[in-house]
Formats: sequence, structure tokens, C-alpha cells
Amino acid sequence: MAKPTIVNRMRVLILAAHPRTVQSIAQRAMSRALEGIAGVTLRDLYALYPDFNIHAETEQEILLAHDLIVLQHPFYWYSAPAIIKEWLDIVLEAGWAYGAGGTMLAGKYLMTAISTGGRADFYHAKGRNRFTIEDLLAPFNQTAHLCGMAYLAPFVVYAARKQSAGDLATAAESYRQLIEGFARGKIDPTEHLAAGYHLPDGFKRRHAL
Amino acid sequence: MSLNDFLLGSLLYLAAAVISAPIAKRLGLGSVLGFLAAGAIIGPSVLGLVGNEGEAVKHFAEFGVIVMLFLVGLELEPSKLWQLRQKIFGLGLLQVAGTALVVGAASLVISSGWRESLAIGLILALSSTAIVLQTMEEKGTLKTPVGQSVFSVLLFQDISVIPMLALLPLLAVASAHGGDDHSASLIAGYPVWAQALFTIGAVGLVLVAGRYLMRPLFRIVADTGTREIFVAFALLIVVGITLLMGLVGLSAALGTFLAGVVLADSEYRHELEMDLQPFKGLLLAIFFIAVGAGIDFSLIASGPMLLGLSLTAFILLKLATHFGLARLFGLNGPDTSRFSFALAQGSEFGFVLITFCAGLGLLTGDMPGLLTAVIALSMAAAPLLMMLDEKVLQPRFADGDFLRDHDAVSHSGADVIIAGHGRFGMTIGRVLNAQGKRTVVLDLDSSQVDTLRRFGFKVFYGDALRLDLLEAAGAKEATVMVIAIDDREKATELVKIARHNFPHLKLLVRVFDRSHAYDLIREGVDNVYREVFGSSMDLAKDALMALGVHPYEAQRTITRFRALDEKLLRTSAAHANDESKLIDLAKQSRAEIARVFAADKGGGQTPPDVAWHDDDKSTP
Repeated sequence: MAKPTIVNRMRVLILAAHPRTVQSIAQRAMSRALEGIAGVTLRDLYALYPDFNIHAETEQEILLAHDLIVLQHPFYWYSAPAIIKEWLDIVLEAGWAYGAGGTMLAGKYLMTAISTGGRADFYHAKGRNRFTIEDLLAPFNQTAHLCGMAYLAPFVVYAARKQSAGDLATAAESYRQLIEGFARGKIDPTEHLAAGYHLPDGFKRRHAL
Repeated sequence: MSLNDFLLGSLLYLAAAVISAPIAKRLGLGSVLGFLAAGAIIGPSVLGLVGNEGEAVKHFAEFGVIVMLFLVGLELEPSKLWQLRQKIFGLGLLQVAGTALVVGAASLVISSGWRESLAIGLILALSSTAIVLQTMEEKGTLKTPVGQSVFSVLLFQDISVIPMLALLPLLAVASAHGGDDHSASLIAGYPVWAQALFTIGAVGLVLVAGRYLMRPLFRIVADTGTREIFVAFALLIVVGITLLMGLVGLSAALGTFLAGVVLADSEYRHELEMDLQPFKGLLLAIFFIAVGAGIDFSLIASGPMLLGLSLTAFILLKLATHFGLARLFGLNGPDTSRFSFALAQGSEFGFVLITFCAGLGLLTGDMPGLLTAVIALSMAAAPLLMMLDEKVLQPRFADGDFLRDHDAVSHSGADVIIAGHGRFGMTIGRVLNAQGKRTVVLDLDSSQVDTLRRFGFKVFYGDALRLDLLEAAGAKEATVMVIAIDDREKATELVKIARHNFPHLKLLVRVFDRSHAYDLIREGVDNVYREVFGSSMDLAKDALMALGVHPYEAQRTITRFRALDEKLLRTSAAHANDESKLIDLAKQSRAEIARVFAADKGGGQTPPDVAWHDDDKSTP
């Protein structure tokens, strides 16, 4: 059921982070699935900054040129690999992304796209990991909120290493459809907000430069 | 002279040299003064062991000066000589003319008239190439800017002797006696234009032969593989030029100097230097002993007042003239002092000119004897005067004027002293300056210093091994000393000096290779940096990436490799002399590196996403 275009196209920035691309299975499949989609920029942070010397100005310029920022990474230690944290610390400066005058990201969208080792049922109050994925991703949720952004529901590939090649291909394909839908304006991001997420006060979609 | 007389004479001179030089060195006086003193002691005035043959010996030994100038020429490439042209013909000309006028004018007090005074002035304007160059070479100051100035003046003096020999007879024309023709040259009978032609031809011959003929000849001689023949050929060149220059009435020293310059960029330079060095040293030693033996103490005893006053006045006037000139040519305080004191004596060539002028009737009465004594004593005093400058005056400059002359603010309380500001030290300086750290840079390459100054760096010319200079640079207050000297022995020496005198300084030392690193680690230095290790690691990383290795993987690989290699370096340092142990350690290290990287590839410790299987109960 192809709905007519109801929203504007989005320019999508994928910030991919995997310290050992050779050993990744899900992450490589996800990145490959996005190849060739117009309006999608993929940046491999570990390749760009092997010495962690992240260049804030470059990153900020690129952020301004996009509407949707996707943090795509394995779910290490219930969080992101180190370079994602470094990227947040360096790039999201006070007065630029948050704090007085820090409105450069307001009106944009943030999403995480992760692959986990544990099965979906582990991420439950009664499960082995005791918290839901949403609970564990709370820091990213609040980061988006502080920056005046809309936080979208995470895309999760569970038990990435246990999946058959076919299942993995299916997962990668649905990831591609989601991102392409955002990029081509086929999917309305406001209908994809994370569960229970309230848009920051005065949120208004601002188009990329 | 019978063979036994010759051997006895040689025995005396050699014994005097062998005994006096170590004593003088032990006393910190320098070998020149030792030789002069030894000569005075064995000479006719004291022990009388050597007698009238002293003059002949001196002439023979003057050949040492000629060999020395050949060696100086070898060190001076044509382009470098060209850079000195202003100093040679500006500073040199003014030194000769200025000193001749000042000393000549003062000598009117005791001379018979202006002609005699002018002759005296010209004779005394010259300085002793042998003493000055030998002393400066011993101290390693010959290649400093002030050393180059001094050398330029000496070179011009050597050149100026030829016109002097031509000019002095003209001066004598009107005086009572017609002078004997002292020119020994074969071409004296020819008209002036022909003489000029011969002279230019001779110099041209030296230059052209040096450029095009010597090299193939050297190659043939070197191919014989017989060292003696090479030495003989080197001596043959010097003797040949000396005779050729004698034929056309040119200074032999000048001729051999030019030949040296022509050969300076030849591949045989170092071999020539090594082979001729002993001849130069030995001949000069004998020359200095002969000068010492020639000091006539009876003359000193007969007229001590006149001689003492003349000597003092001569030295003071020369000092004053040189001070003025050095200032005029923009030398700084300490260099002005060095320059003035270095040249404040008479020349061995003065003896020749005295005889020449006496023959012309330009010098009358006791004047030749007085001048001879003044020159000889001033030569004896020269090493003492240079020592006075070095030990008494230079430290004062270092305390006060020297620093103020440049940039006092940047010095006081500098954080870092950088010794050696070549391509290695310069980068370090730039980083530290970028962080606002105050640096004092010491470098021994004068052209490098000048260039860097033009680019706005605060760089100072000086030998970092000199304790007074280190103190002046603020070694007591500084926190860190970076040693990046381009000479491994000197770097090691500086480490020792710094650890002994400034134990609070943190030493960061550039080393050349593994063995140099071993030396310094055992010297107690923790921070050693192999000069090309870092860049080879950078290249290795890029090579890995070019082979498709992920940048972060490549980064981690070189970081870990580097850490393992640094560890090996430090464990090996303790066994630097035990080759089998070193091989053992290297093997162990290779095994360790292989193990670490194999583990990284998948076997043992693995990244979180590999270990986090849902059925692995031991992981979170």
C-alpha cells in the first residue's frame, strides 16, 4: 500500500562505529544495505579517526547538512563503542548543541541502530539483562531531548551472531527500507518517535542547509 | 750536518714537544703555549741545547703552516669561501690598513720618520696564522661566525703580503740605501705585465689542475691500495704548489689554500685530511718550538723598559683597532672580544718582512731587533691573551651583556632548553612554542641559526657543551632539556654534563639508533627517542592501510608494536655488549609480538561482540 508522499525528504547521516569491521557481521550487513540510497551519508568513525582525534568543526558542518542522525553500532556493554561517546563529547559543544544559544541541532532527528549479542527476551525487567533496550538507551534519548531533537524508536538487530544468513539479510533489508523511507520522504518520522517520547517544547522541523 | 747531528737535533725537538704538550694541556694552557715555552727553555738563551740552526729549522717547519692552510682549504668548499668574500676583502682590508696606520702612527715616537713608521705598521698589522688557527682549531671555534671572521682576516693578510713586498721597495726609494732585491722569484727579470701573466697563470694552473687533473690522479693512486703512496702523493701536491708559488713570488700558503678549496668537495677529502694531519701537527709543533727558541732574552735584559712599553703599546693598539672594526662589522659583544684577542699578536711572516725591510734600509738601528722581540713575545703572549678573554671576559658577557644583547625576557625562567635545532629539534621547538612554553635554543650551525632567526625563532649560536653557556641559557631554572644534537658523541657528553651539573633537569634525548639508545639508557636516561623510529612507524601504518587494513586496526597495530619494541630496547640495554644475549632477547620479543597479534586476530582475548553469545553464561 504505497501511500503518497506526505512528508519532506530527509537527508540522513549514518555515524557507523565498529572497532573491528572485519569481525562484525550485522554491522557490515547493515552498512552494505544502505549503499546507493540517495541522500544518505555514511561515515565510519573508526576509519576517519583511528587516533580518536575527532575534528569538531568538520563534524558540526556535516551535522548541519543533515536532518536525521543515525548512530549505528554494536551494543557494547549496554551502550556504544568508545568512539561514539568521544564523538558526543567533542562535537556536541555547549553553546552549539545545547545550553545558551545551543540550538544548532534543534528540529533534527536522532536514532540509534544497534546490533546486540543477547536475544530480544533478555532485554526485559524479568530477563537476563534486567532492563529493556529503551531503558538502556535512555542516555541517547535524553541527549536528543537536551539538544531539542526528536528521538526516534531504535532499530535493533537482536542476537546478531546467532542469526542465519537469511534472517540477517531480512533484518538488513528492513533497515534499508526504513532509512530509504526517511530519505525519500515516504515515512513520517513523527510517527516513528520512541515510545513515550515527548517532543521538546516548541519542536519544529528544520530542514537541513 | 752529519746524520748524528740531525738525529740529535730531532731528538731534542721531539722530546721537547712530547714533554711540553701534555704538561701544557694538563695546566689548561693549550699546546701552542707549551711548545713556545719548551722552545724558550731549550733555546740559546736558557739551556742552549739548540743553537743557531733554529732559523733553518723554523723555515723548514714553516712548511707546517702551508700544510695547515691546505687542510683549512679542504674544509672550505668554494661556495662557502664565496660567502666569506665580504669579510675577507672588507674586514681583512680594513684590519690591515687600520692596524698599519694606528700602530705606524704610534711608532712615530720611536722611529726615524714616517717611512720607517709605515713599514713598522705594515709589519705589525699581520697576525700569526699558525698560532691563531691552531689554537682555534683545538678549541673548536674555527667554524663559528667569529672564527670565520678571524680566518677571513688571516687569509687577507696572507694575500696582502705580496703587494707589501712590492710596495715596500717603493717606500725605500727615497731613503738612503737602495734596497737589495730580495725577491727570490725566477720571474723578477721580466716586465711587470709578464710577471702578472705568470702569476695569474700559476694560480689558474692550481685551480684547473685541482679541478680536473687531481681527481683522476687520486683515483689511480687510491686504486693501488697502498696508503703510503697516497700520503706521498698528498705531500707531493703540497710541495709542488709551494715551489710553484715560490717561482712566481706568490704566497705558498695562499696557493695550497686554494688547492685545498678546489679539492674540498672531492671524495678524497677525508682521506687527505687524515693523512696530512700528523705532518701538520708535527711541523707546527717544531715551528712553535723554533719560535720559542728564537726569543732573545739578552735583548730583553738589555732594554726591558723600551721593550716592555713597546710590547704593551703594540698589543693594546691592536686590541683597540680590532674592537672598533668588529663593532663596525656588527659582531656582538662576546664575539668582538674573541675576535680582538685572537688577532692581537705579530706574525711569523713579520720576521721575514723585518729582514726584507732592514735590507731596504727602511728599518734602522736597533729597530729590527726590537721588532723581532716584540713579535716573538706577542706570539708567546697570544695563547695567554686568548685565555684571558675566554676565562675572564667571556663569563662576564654570559652573565650580563650577552643575554641582554638578545632577548632577556625569553630567557629568564625558560621552561625548556633545546640543544640542537636541526630538523629534529626545530619541530620540537615549534610544538612547545605553540603551547606557549618558553624555550631557549642552542645550536652550533651558524647559518642555521641565522636562517631560523630570520624566521622569527629565538635561537642562539653556541656550544651546548659549554657549562657557562648552559648556565646563561637558564639551565638552573629550566625544567626540561631536549638534546637533539647532530653528533652522537656530543649528545652523550652533554647528557653527562647535564646530569652532573643540573640533576633537576628532565632529559629528553634524541638518539640515532639502537646502540646509541643503549649507551644513553645505561647512562641513566629514561627518555630516549630513536630519530627515525617514529616516522618508520607512521609509514608502516600507512602501508598497512594501503593493503586494506582498517585504519583503526592499523593504528592499534603500530601502537602495540611500538610499545613492545620500546620494551625490548630497554631490556636489551643492560646486555648491549653481549651479542648472544641480544639475539636471544630479540627472538623472545619476536615471539611475544607474534603472540600478541595472533591473539588480536581472534584466538584469545576478543572484542565484546564475539564473546557475547546468548548461551555463554560466563559473560554478562
